[in-house]
Amino acid sequence: MARKSTHTRKIAVTIIAWAIGFVIFFPILWTILMSFKSEGDAIKAPMAMLAAPWSFESYAEVQARSNYSLHFMNSVILSVGSTLLALIIAVPAAWAMAFVPGKRTKDLLMWMLSTKMMPAVGVLVPMYLIFRNFGLLDSRSGLVVVLTLINLPIVIWMLYTYFKEIPGEILEAARMDGASLRAEILYVLTPMAVPGIASTMLLNIILAWNEAFWTLQLTTHDAAPLTQFIASYSSPEGLFYAKLSAASTMAIAPILILGWFSQKQLVRGLTFGAVK
Amino acid sequence: MATAHSRTAARLMVSPAVILLFLWMIVPLGMTIYFSFLRYNLLTPGTSFAGFDNYYYFLTNPAFWDALRNTITLVVGVLIITVFGGIGLALLLDQPMWGQGIVRVLVIAPFFVMPTVSALVWKNMFMNPVNGMFAHIAKAIGLQPYDFLSQSPLASIILIVAWSWLPFSTLILLTALQSLDREQQEAAEMDGASWLMRFWYLTVPHLTRSITVVILIQTIFLLSVFAEILVTTNGGPGTASTNIPFLVYAQSLLSFDVGGGSAGGIVAVILANIVAVFLMRMIGKNLDA
Amino acid sequence: MKMTLRALFGATVSLTLAGAAMAETTITVATVNNGDMIRMQGLMDDFYAKNPDIKVNWVTLEENALRQKVTTDIATKGGQFDVLTIGTYEVPIWGKAGWLVSLNDLPADYDAADLLPAIAGGLTVDGNLYASPFYGESSMVMYRKDLMEAAGLTMPDAPTWADIKAAAAAMTDKDKEQYGICLRGKAGWGENMAFLTAMSNSFGAKWFDMDWHAQFDQKPWADTLAFYLDLMNNYGPPGASNNGFNENLALFQQGHCGMWIDATVAASFVTGKDSTVGDKVGFALAPDNGLGKRGNWLWAWSLAIPAGTQKADAAKAFVNWATNKDYLALVASKEGWANVPPGTRSSLYANEEYAKIPFAKMTLDSINAADPTHPTVDPVPYTGVQFVAIPEFQGIATAVGQQFSAALAGTTSAADALAAAQALTTTEMTKAGYVK
Repeated sequence: MARKSTHTRKIAVTIIAWAIGFVIFFPILWTILMSFKSEGDAIKAPMAMLAAPWSFESYAEVQARSNYSLHFMNSVILSVGSTLLALIIAVPAAWAMAFVPGKRTKDLLMWMLSTKMMPAVGVLVPMYLIFRNFGLLDSRSGLVVVLTLINLPIVIWMLYTYFKEIPGEILEAARMDGASLRAEILYVLTPMAVPGIASTMLLNIILAWNEAFWTLQLTTHDAAPLTQFIASYSSPEGLFYAKLSAASTMAIAPILILGWFSQKQLVRGLTFGAVK
Repeated sequence: MATAHSRTAARLMVSPAVILLFLWMIVPLGMTIYFSFLRYNLLTPGTSFAGFDNYYYFLTNPAFWDALRNTITLVVGVLIITVFGGIGLALLLDQPMWGQGIVRVLVIAPFFVMPTVSALVWKNMFMNPVNGMFAHIAKAIGLQPYDFLSQSPLASIILIVAWSWLPFSTLILLTALQSLDREQQEAAEMDGASWLMRFWYLTVPHLTRSITVVILIQTIFLLSVFAEILVTTNGGPGTASTNIPFLVYAQSLLSFDVGGGSAGGIVAVILANIVAVFLMRMIGKNLDA
Repeated sequence: MKMTLRALFGATVSLTLAGAAMAETTITVATVNNGDMIRMQGLMDDFYAKNPDIKVNWVTLEENALRQKVTTDIATKGGQFDVLTIGTYEVPIWGKAGWLVSLNDLPADYDAADLLPAIAGGLTVDGNLYASPFYGESSMVMYRKDLMEAAGLTMPDAPTWADIKAAAAAMTDKDKEQYGICLRGKAGWGENMAFLTAMSNSFGAKWFDMDWHAQFDQKPWADTLAFYLDLMNNYGPPGASNNGFNENLALFQQGHCGMWIDATVAASFVTGKDSTVGDKVGFALAPDNGLGKRGNWLWAWSLAIPAGTQKADAAKAFVNWATNKDYLALVASKEGWANVPPGTRSSLYANEEYAKIPFAKMTLDSINAADPTHPTVDPVPYTGVQFVAIPEFQGIATAVGQQFSAALAGTTSAADALAAAQALTTTEMTKAGYVK
C-alpha cells in the first residue's frame, strides 16, 4: 500500500517536474528549432512553423556574413584567460583570509564585493581613455584584465567560503608533522580544494562568457567575442528571426554544452558557505 | 593558532588582490568624480568647471525618481520570483523522480544564456505582439494579443531577468536542501509532524543562509541590469522601464554628456553603497552564525 | 606593439610611391547592419582584386550600438577605426570639429559633381566634402494598391494628411490583422523623432525659434501629435510604441499594413523577395498640409575617414571603391538594378535601366523635395530636416521621443508628453548655454 502510494507520487512528481523543466527550457528550444527554418517560415504561427521544411540556410548566411571562428576563439580566450588569472590572484588571497583571518577579514571581503556594484556605464569614458593611453583598445590582454577584475570579488568570496569548510585540524596536523607552508598548500590543501576551485572556475567562465558591456565597448575587431557577433544581428532590416535564432544558437551552444557536462562540478561549490 | 610568520605570509597573499581591486575602483572612480565637476560634452570641444551643476541637473531630472523607483521594483520583483520560485523548484527537484538529471539540465539552461540573447529572444520570438509566440497563442484562442513591452514594460523585463536568474537560486537552494539532515526529517515524520510543520521548522531555518546568499549575489547583479533594458524597451515607453544604470547610459552615451553622466555614475555608486551596507549587515550576521 | 605596427604601416603607405609594391595594409571599417552594407561585404572580392595590398576588417553593428561606439572612439581619439559609417546628422558637426579627413582629393573617377546636390550639400562643410554618401534616402508613402482598390480609393502622387487619414480608415480591418497605417513609435531621435520631426514640418511646427526657445508649447506641435496619435490609435498595429523601421518593415512585408510612411530605401525591401506583397506596392510623396513643406526627411549613410587615422590612403581607396559609379554597376550586374544603393548619384537616375524600377522616380522626387537648409515653414536657427544639427540634439530628441512614445502607448496624455518635452528641452538647452 505504502509502496504503491510512493509510486503514484513518484509518477506525479515526475510529470510535474518534467512539465516545469520543459517550460523553463522552452525559449531556448524554440530558438534552436527556429534557427533551422527559412526566414519566411520562422514568423508563421507555431504549428505552421514546426511543419515547415527544415533548412540550414540561416546558418549558411550567418557563416558567410560573420567570422564566427574569430569571435568564438576570442570568447574562449577571454573567458578562460580571465578565469585563470583571477584564480592565480584569488587562491592565495582566499586561502589567507580563510586560514589566517584577521579582525578586518570580513570587512575586506564585503568591500571587495561592493566594488562590483559600480555601474559600468558610469565609468566608460574614463576606462576608454585609460585603455587608449595604454594602447589596449581592441586587445585581448586588456580585456582579460578587465574581466578578471570584474569577477575577482565573486571568485575570492566563493573560494573563501569553500576553504573555510576545510577543517583546520588537518592543517594543524600537517604543520605538526613539519610540513612547510608550501607543502601545506601543495599537498594538503590543494587536493581538498580542487572541487571548490573547479566549481569557481566554471562559474567564472560562464560569467565572463556572457559579459556584454565591456566586451562590446572595448573591442572592435581583433579581440571582439561572441557578444559583438550577436550585436550585428540584433535588429537588421527585414525578416531576421531565423538568422537571429541561428546566431543566438551559435553564441550560446558552447557554454550551454560546457555547463551541462560540468553541472555536477559547478553545483558542488556553488554554496557560498551557506551549507554547513 | 596564527603565528606572526603566517600573518605576514597571509598579508602578502592577500595584497595582490586588494591592490588590484583598489586600483580598479579608485582610478576610474577618481576620474569620474573629476569629470562630474566639469562641463564636458564629448561632441563639443573643450571643458570648463561646472561646480555642482551636473549633480543638480541629474537629481532634479524627473526621470531620476522614476529610475530609482524602477531600480528598486526590478530588484525586488526579480528577487521575489527567484527566491520563491527557487524554493519551490528546489523542493520539487529534491523529490525522487525519473530522469532527475535531465530535468535539472533543462532547468539550469537559462543561466548559460547571455543577457543580450535572452532579451532578443523574449522580445522578438515571444513578446512581439504580431509575430511572437504569445500573440499567436492569444489569437488561436480568440483573444487580442497583449503588447507586453509597451503595456507592462517593467513587468516584462522582470520576467526576462527572473528567467535568467531562477536557475541560479534553484541550484543554490537545491544544494542546501540536499545537505538537510534526513534522519531528523524522518524522526519528525515519525512523531507525526505534518509536511507543512516539517517544512516550516526544519527546512526553512536550514535554507535561511542560502537564501541570504542568493539575495546578496543576485542583488549585486540586478542593481546593474542594463542589456535587457537596452535591447527590449530602451527604457520606455516614457521612463517606465528606465533604471539607474540605464539613465546614466542615456546621459553619458546618448547625449554624450560626460559631465552629467559622471555625476549620475557617482550618484549610482553612492546608492549602490547604501544598499551594500544594508546587505552586508544582513549577510554578515547570517554568515557569522 | 600594435602601435608600432600601425605606425610602420602608416609610414609605408606615405613613403611608398603610388603603384609600387607595398606591405599589406589592414583597415577597420565600422558599418551599420543594413541590407546595402551587408551586400557590400559580399562583393569584397572585387575590391581585393583591385587593391590586393589592402585588407578590410568589418565591424558590423546595429545602428545605435554603432553610433555610440564610433562617437566615443572619435571623440576620445581612440583611433580604432579607419572608415566610419555615419549620417547627415554627424557629418556637419564632426566636420566642423575637425574630426574628419576632407575627401576633396578623391581620384577623378570618383566624379563628385555627379552626387545629388541635396545629399552632397548635407555632407559638405566650408567647401570640404567630409563624407561620401553610400546611400541616400528621403521618406515617402508606401501603400498597398490592392487594398486601396478594394476600398475604392486612389492615392494621389502628392497626398495631403487628410487623404492619408481617409485611406487609413478605409483599409483598416483589425479582425484580419490588417492595419491602415504603420508608423514609427519606438523612442529614439533616429526612430519616432525622425518621423515626427519631419511630419511636424508639414504642420508648420519647429523645434526652436530664432532664440533657441523650445516650441513644444505651441499649437503646431500639439496638432502634429494629436493627428499622429489619432491615426495610430485608430488605424495602427498593436505595440506600435515599440515599432521602429525594422519592425514596421517586417509588418509591411507580411501584409499587415495598408500604408507605411518611411525611408525610401524600404522600397527595395517591400518589393523584394522576402515580401509577401511585393507586386502590390504603390508609392507617393510624403503628405503635406498645404503649408509649403512636406513631411519627408533627408538622410544619407555615408563613409567618412577619422582625422587620426594612419592609413588615410588605404581608407580613401576603400571609400572611393564603395561609393563611385563602378560600384553601382557592380551591384547591378550581380544583384540587379533594384538592389543598387539608391539616392546618391544623378547618373543613376539618368540610367534607363534604373528608371524602370517602380520606386526610382518617387525616391528622387522625395529627395529633391527635402531642403535641409530651410526645413520649416517659419525661419529657424538650425539646419537639418528631421533633426537639428547641434550636438545636444541626440540626447534631447531621444528623451522627447520617450515622451511621445509613452503618449502612443497610452501611459501618458498628449498634453503631459508635450509639457514634459518642453520642460526637458528647455532644461537641456539652458544647461548647454543656448538659452541665456
